Amino acid sequence: MGDFITVLEDVNLEFFDGEMVCVLGPSGCGKSTMLRMIAGFEPISHGRILIDNEPVKGPSANNVFVFQHSGLLPWMTVWENVQLGLRQMEDPAEQAAQIQEYIDMVELTNFEHHFPHQLSGGMQRRAELGRALAVNPDMLIMDEPFTGLDFLTHMKMREEVVNMHEFLGKTTLMVTHFIDDALIMGTRIVVMNDTPAEVKLNILLDSSHPRDFSRNEELRDLRDEIYFMLGVNYAV
Amino acid sequence: MSDKTERYARYLPLASVSGILVLWQLISSFSGWSENVLPGPWAVASAFGELIANGTLLQHAVASLFRVTAGFYIAVMLGIPLGILIGRSLALRSALDPIINFMRPISPLAWIPLAMLWFGIGDKPAVFLIFLSSFFPLVTSTAVAVRRINPTYFQVAANFCFSRKEVLMKVILPAITPDVFTALRISVSIAWLVVVAAEMIAVQSGLGYLILDARNGLRMDYVMVGMIVIGLIGVALDHLMLQLSHMDSMAWRGRV
Repeated sequence: MGDFITVLEDVNLEFFDGEMVCVLGPSGCGKSTMLRMIAGFEPISHGRILIDNEPVKGPSANNVFVFQHSGLLPWMTVWENVQLGLRQMEDPAEQAAQIQEYIDMVELTNFEHHFPHQLSGGMQRRAELGRALAVNPDMLIMDEPFTGLDFLTHMKMREEVVNMHEFLGKTTLMVTHFIDDALIMGTRIVVMNDTPAEVKLNILLDSSHPRDFSRNEELRDLRDEIYFMLGVNYAV
Repeated sequence: MSDKTERYARYLPLASVSGILVLWQLISSFSGWSENVLPGPWAVASAFGELIANGTLLQHAVASLFRVTAGFYIAVMLGIPLGILIGRSLALRSALDPIINFMRPISPLAWIPLAMLWFGIGDKPAVFLIFLSSFFPLVTSTAVAVRRINPTYFQVAANFCFSRKEVLMKVILPAITPDVFTALRISVSIAWLVVVAAEMIAVQSGLGYLILDARNGLRMDYVMVGMIVIGLIGVALDHLMLQLSHMDSMAWRGRV
C-alpha cells in the first residue's frame, strides 16, 4: 500500500512510497505553494490532498519540511535542534545516542554544541536534514534545499541527499529550480509551467546512480526537452 | 595609527571629566555668582561627604531605587505577558492597540494629580507612576518583537508538534529575548527619570525629595549632590541592564 498524494486544481499528481520526486518549474508558478499545502502549512480552497488516503489537515511529524532558508531554531545548538524530533523518547541515554547517531550521519560530529550562526551554509542544511531524519518521518519535503550554497557545497549536498535516499529509502518531495539536480537526483520528475500551474511533464526516471550526462544519452535528451519546455533553447 | 588612537582613547574620558571640573571651578570663581547660586566643585564635594556621613544620601537613594524596582517589576510582570498576547492575537491587537497608542504619549507626570487622589501620599503613587512609565513601552516593544518572529519558526513548531507551552518556551521567549532586553534597558532609564519627578510631589523621601527639600532650604550644594547621584545611579542601572543583555541566553546571536 503506497503513499499517494493528489493535488487537484489544475494539478493532478500521484506519488508513491520511496520515490524521490523533483518538481521543476519557473519561479512563482506555485510549486513551493504546492509543497507547503502538502506539508499542511497552507489551507487549500479547492480540491484534495491525500496522504495514505487521509486528507491533510495540518502539519504533522510524519512529513517533515526542510525550509528553503534555514529552519533551524537559531537559539538552539545543533544538538538541541536535532533533539526536537526526539522529544517524546523517555530514556535519556537512548535519546542521546539517537541524537548523536543523526548528527554523525550528517557529518556534524564535534559541532553538536555550535549555534546555527556558527556553521557554514552547507553545515546548516545538513543540520536541518539531520533534524528532519531524526523524526523518522514517512516523507521529507524539501523546498529548494540547495539555494544559496556555493557550487561545490551544492554538488556535495546533492550527492549526500542521493546517498541518504538510497540508504534510507525515504519518500522525498523536492522543489528545485536546478534542472540538473532533478535529473541527477529524481526517480520522478515533474515539470510545471506558469500560473495557473499545470503539469507539463510527469516522468519516471529509473537509471541508476551515479548518473553521468556524458555517458547517458537518455538523460541528455530529457535535459534538452525540459530546457525547451521551460523556454530555454539549450543548444545556444 | 589606530593602535595609538586606541591607547589615547582610554584616557579621554578622564580628560573630559577633569576638563568639566576645571571649567566648573573657573566659572564659579570668576562668574561673580555667589556660592549660594553656583557652588564650586569643592563645596559640592564637601556637601557630598556630609550627606554620606550622616546617612541621608544612602537613605534617599535606597528609597528611590526601591520605588523604581517595585514599579518596574510590576510593569515587567504585566507588560511582557500582555505584549506577547497582543503580538500573537489579531483580535487583542485590534482591540488594544488604539488604547495603548493613546496612553503612551501621555507623560506619567500628567497622572500625578489622579495618582495622589487614588493612592494618597507615600510610596504607592510614585510606584504607580513608575509602573505607567514602563508598562506601555514594554507592552508595545514586546508585541512588536513577537510579531517580528520569522513565521518559519512557528511552522517548524507546528511541524514538530510543539504544545502551546513549547511554542512559548522554545520559540517565542528565546526569539524576543534580545529585543525585550533592549526595551527593558530603555524603560529603566525612563523609570529613573520619572521617579525623581514623582518624588518631588508625592513623598517625603528619595533623591527627588532631597533635591526639592534642599531647594527649599536654598542649599544648592545639596541640590547638585542629588543631581550627581541621580546621574551616577542612572549610569549604573544602564550598565547593569547592558550586562544582563550579554547573558548566556543571548549567545546564539553571536557577539554584535
